This record gives sequence, structure tokens and C-alpha cells, in this order.
Amino acid sequence: MLNYIIRRLLLVPLLLFGVTVLIFAMLQALTPVERSALYVRDIPRNDRVLDGIIRRYGLDQPIHVQYWKWLTGTVDPQSGERVGGVLRGDFGYSRTASQPVADMLAHRFPATLEMALLAVIPVVAGGIVLGVIGAVNHNKPLDHIVRIFGIVGWSLPDFVFGLLLLMAFYAGTGWFPPGRISDWANQVIASDAFRSYTQLITVDALLNLRFDIFWDALRHLIMPVITLAYLWWALTLRVTRSSMLETLRQDYITTARAKGLAEGVVIRRHALPNALMPVITLGGGTIVGLLSGVVIVETVFNYPGIGSAAANAAVNLDVITVLSFVLLNGFVLVMANLIVDVLYAYIDPRVRLD
Amino acid sequence: MAVAETQIEKRKEIGWLERWLGHDTYRTVKGMATNPISVIGLVLLAFFILVALLAPVLAPVQPGGDPYRIPRDGYGSVPEPPGTPWESRQPPIPFWWSWVMPEEYHDQWIHIMGTASGQWDIYYGVVWGTRTALEVGLQITFVGALVGVTLGAISAYYGGAVDMVIMRIADIFLAFPFTLAAMTLSAVLTPVLGKGLVPPKIALMAFGWTGFARLLRSDILSVREREYVLAARVVGVKDARILFRHILPNAIFPTLVLGSMRIGSYVITFAALSFLGIGAEVGYADWGQLLSFARAWMTNLGTYWYIVIYPGVALVLFVLAWNLVGDALRDVLDPRLQGSR
Repeated sequence: MLNYIIRRLLLVPLLLFGVTVLIFAMLQALTPVERSALYVRDIPRNDRVLDGIIRRYGLDQPIHVQYWKWLTGTVDPQSGERVGGVLRGDFGYSRTASQPVADMLAHRFPATLEMALLAVIPVVAGGIVLGVIGAVNHNKPLDHIVRIFGIVGWSLPDFVFGLLLLMAFYAGTGWFPPGRISDWANQVIASDAFRSYTQLITVDALLNLRFDIFWDALRHLIMPVITLAYLWWALTLRVTRSSMLETLRQDYITTARAKGLAEGVVIRRHALPNALMPVITLGGGTIVGLLSGVVIVETVFNYPGIGSAAANAAVNLDVITVLSFVLLNGFVLVMANLIVDVLYAYIDPRVRLD
Repeated sequence: MAVAETQIEKRKEIGWLERWLGHDTYRTVKGMATNPISVIGLVLLAFFILVALLAPVLAPVQPGGDPYRIPRDGYGSVPEPPGTPWESRQPPIPFWWSWVMPEEYHDQWIHIMGTASGQWDIYYGVVWGTRTALEVGLQITFVGALVGVTLGAISAYYGGAVDMVIMRIADIFLAFPFTLAAMTLSAVLTPVLGKGLVPPKIALMAFGWTGFARLLRSDILSVREREYVLAARVVGVKDARILFRHILPNAIFPTLVLGSMRIGSYVITFAALSFLGIGAEVGYADWGQLLSFARAWMTNLGTYWYIVIYPGVALVLFVLAWNLVGDALRDVLDPRLQGSR
């Protein structure tokens, strides 16, 4: 077990190395001038100055040298300070956000985290609970509704779904507005009376006992969260349902029933833990899916997180910013898969990892 | 005795169709034709193919004009509702218009589905966008599957270091979330290749092959151990012939099912890119591009509902059609899965 974890951990840098190579390869499609955004803030219009920058940061050097510099940074010959270097947390300068990419990510990440965390609730609660209900009521009307929801949910693109939600619950009624927070609430948050603990507005509002702000933030969050979650909700539901059906046919369930256990106990204690195995496998994919889903969802709802920044950067061909976002995602995905594999082996004694 | 008799009855009933198609294909066709889910999917699909084929009749364009360029009625920034008459630069009225409309409208062509901001006609975009969706979905799936099948087959058949290298490369590609990877690569390719359909198509192909490669590889690995493959090898059949004649035909079905189910998700991803403003340029007949007009009217979608509803419904039904067909195909080809999902 420990051996396996160590071996997997050793594979992680290798995979991340591959990811960075692929990203760096994509960077090569840019001209050296565009790539200079890795090191400087303002790209000058003057040709001679440009040539100087390209030479100074070695953007015309062989690829492996450039790759190393991209990873570890390079020393600026004039000021003597080290600039750039993905490993040092310096991803370059974001043209669209007018600030360093790392600052932009740090600044906007709490908004995205808040949305993604809230989206986990319907996925887990709705998906797993409804999946079990569907399986227990196999082939009854409730079960058919669950199946139809699964197929239709898979065919409904998130941006269309988001636009339909906006049409139904914002246009006309104004119930659930787009954006992250109303202007009046934003002023309160910016004032000194409001203390920020976590940068997550809903949590901060509760800690400050400002329930009006909590409600305002929640009103803005409900629709993007539903849009972000429904796809994974539908998928989790389908997997839980089929896995639960499979488990309920096992002999040990019959045994449990035969020895006179209540049906609720059989389902909760004997069937559910075993049925959740495939759901855990899906969990890693869900985390990554939520993180990449924010690109579309934040754009539809005008929500100021890292996803909408990435979308905006992509449209304006600010590739440096987009690639940093992708690198972040790749890292999360590799780690999530590792955690899922280890968790899997920990929960299921039949899985031998060696 | 009775059982045996009915079996004999059944055997007599083998029709011309079954004899012509062979037993397995016949079973598949019959399964697809009797399953209500797949029938709905096939009917929807036939409808979209019909619309794509009849696009020049349904929405005729000026002779010599580019049909994928949506005609626009002036440059006004406010969308016009369905039924508004064409005012300037009206494209030719289709001949069937006089059949369906009363006399006084015969010379008046209208915006059947309204216009988006910039007066792009939504009806033209939806009709010609059907061709774009079919073209994009089929091309990306075909190339992605071809690359995936080739690499998967090589990986499984040779095993060892070759397998290891190909699968690790697939892992790296899979470390990028699909939509995001497609978005990034098309953003990178756009300055090089120019704005249009080509960068997103290449991007989707570049990241789409991994699923096919992995699936085919695992299926080949199980088929490879069968006795008839061993027999062929003992007889001295060449590698390539074993692979193409004995292994691939027996391992390819799950990949075909995956292909039919992937078309829908490729079309969604492509439309999402257009929606963000990365794929098709403004005014190109593409559903995602039409939907992106809605982004300017987020707060009054109640008034301008037609920008979302028409292209949105077309997109959802198109994807649903492929998913239903793929779903049914999977049930038919693998009876073990029936009712389990």
C-alpha cells in the first residue's frame, strides 16, 4: 500500500513534466514577441527595443534552453533580479487582466472556489441520494424519471442551460441576477466595518452576521451553481443507480435480509458502502469537470472568477494567461486522480495495489 | 417437444433481409428499429440530415454568395422579433413561400425566427448551421477515431515499450480537461491559421483521440488472448493480417458506439467555443455563434428569447439524437447492459 502510494507520487512529477512540455510546445506556436509577455509587462511597439527584449530573455535560443528558463526563470542582466519561472510561481504577465497572471489567479480564485464548493452539494446530495432512490424503486415511475433526467441532462450543453435559466428566473422577475454580488453589498464588503476572513462572501457574511449580504451572495450563486452541477449531478446519479442495482443483487444482501435485518439497515450499512466504489472513481473527474466547467458558466453569468478570466483571455488570444490556467487544471487533475486511486484502495480491501 | 417445434418454426422464418445482412448485422438493425429510444433518435437524425440537404431550398441565398455567411438586414443593433419583414438586401424568396402563405405576403420575405443584434437572420443561421454541425461532428469524430484506433491498435498489439510510451502520452493529453484543452489549442492556433472553423476543429481532433485509443487497446488486449488468434499465429499468418482480419473486426464495436456518442459532445464543445468567441467568426452559420449574440442581452433575454430558443433547441435536439442512437446501439450490441443504466 505504502509502496504503491510512493510509486504513484513518483509518477506525478513525470506526468506534470509531460504536461509542462505540452504547454511549452503550444507556446512555441507564438512568435518570440508574444512570448516576451512571459517576462515583461508592456510589450513595446519599437522594433529595436523588441529585439533587445527577445535577446535579453533568450527567446531566440534553442528550445530546451528556453524550456528551462520558462521553468526556473532567468536573471535580468540590467537589474540583476530573477524574472519568470513557472516553478517560482511566476507565470508571466496577463495582458487581458493587466496584472501578473499569478496575482490574477490569486485574486479571482476565491470566487471560483465558492461556486465550486457549493456545486459539490447538489452533486453529492442530489446525485447519490436520488441514485439510491432510483435503484431501490427499480422500474417504477420514479426510476424512469431518473433515467430520462440522466440522458437529457447529458445532451443539454451548459451554456444553453445557463441562458435558459437566465431567461426564466432573471428576465421579467429579476429573482436571481447574474454577477457575484449587488453594488450596495459590494460597498459594504469594501468598507472597514466588514471583516474578510476567507474571501468567500457567503462565509464572511455569516461570520459578520450580515444575513442580508449572505442572501444577496446566495441569490447570485444559485443559478451558476445549478448550471455547473447538473451535468455531474446527472452523471453521479446514473452511476450510483446502476452500481446500487448491481450491489442489491449480491448474495450478501440476500443473507443480510435473510437474517432479518430491517430493509433500511440493509441498504445503508450493507449495500451503500459497496455501491459507492464507482462513484468515488467518478469523484476525481467531477472535481476537474467542475473546475473546467467554470470557464463557460462564469462567462454566461458574468461571474468574476478565474474561469471567466480564462475565457476572456482565450478570446483575446492572451495565450500566456490561458496556458497558466490550463497548467493549474492539469495539476489539480493529476492530484485528484492520485487521491481517488489511494482512497479506492483504502476503502475496498479487494483492491490490491502493488 | 413443443419447444423444439417452435424453434423449428423460428428457423424457417429467416427472411430475405436476414439472409442478405447476415445474422449479427440483422440482429443489430432489428434491435435499432424496434427500440423506441433509438427510433426517436433516428427520426430526429433523419430530420437534421434532411434539413442539411435541403438548406439551399429552405433558405436560398443570392446566387454566387457564400451560403455560410448569414445574410443581414441592415446594421441595427437591436434584435427584431420573428415575423419582421425583410427591408434591405433581401435574399431570394424560396418558391415554397407562396404555398404556405396567404396571397398578400407572396412578395414579402420575413425573418422567420427574427434577427440577432447586427440584424443577422436567425433562420438562415439555424438552417445552414445544421450543415456546420454535421460537418464538424463527423469530421472531428472521424479523424479523432482514426488516430485513436491506429495508436490504440499499435499499442495493444506490440505491447511493451511501445504500449508504455503511447499510453503515457495519452495520459498527458488526458491531464487537460477537454473543453479547456480545445479552447487553449484553438487560441494558440488562431493567430497562425486565422480565425475560422479550422483551429477549433484541429484542437478537438488533437485532444479527442485518447478515449478511442484507450478503449480499443483494452478491447484488443482481451481479444488477443482468444484461441483463433493463437491458431492464426501458429499457422504463420503475418502480424498485419492477424491485426486487421482477426483482431480488429472483433474488437471494434465498442469503439463504434463510443464514436456515435462522441459526435454529440464534440458538437457541444465546438458550439461552446463559438459561444465564447473562439471558433466561427461573427456572422458564420453556426449555432454556437448565434447563441453568442445572447451574451449582449443577458438582462433582457425575456424580450429577445428568440436568440436563445431557436439555435438552442436545434443544438439540444441534435445532440440528443446522437446520444439516443449511441445509447440504443450500445444496448443492442451488448445485451448484458440492458436496463442497467
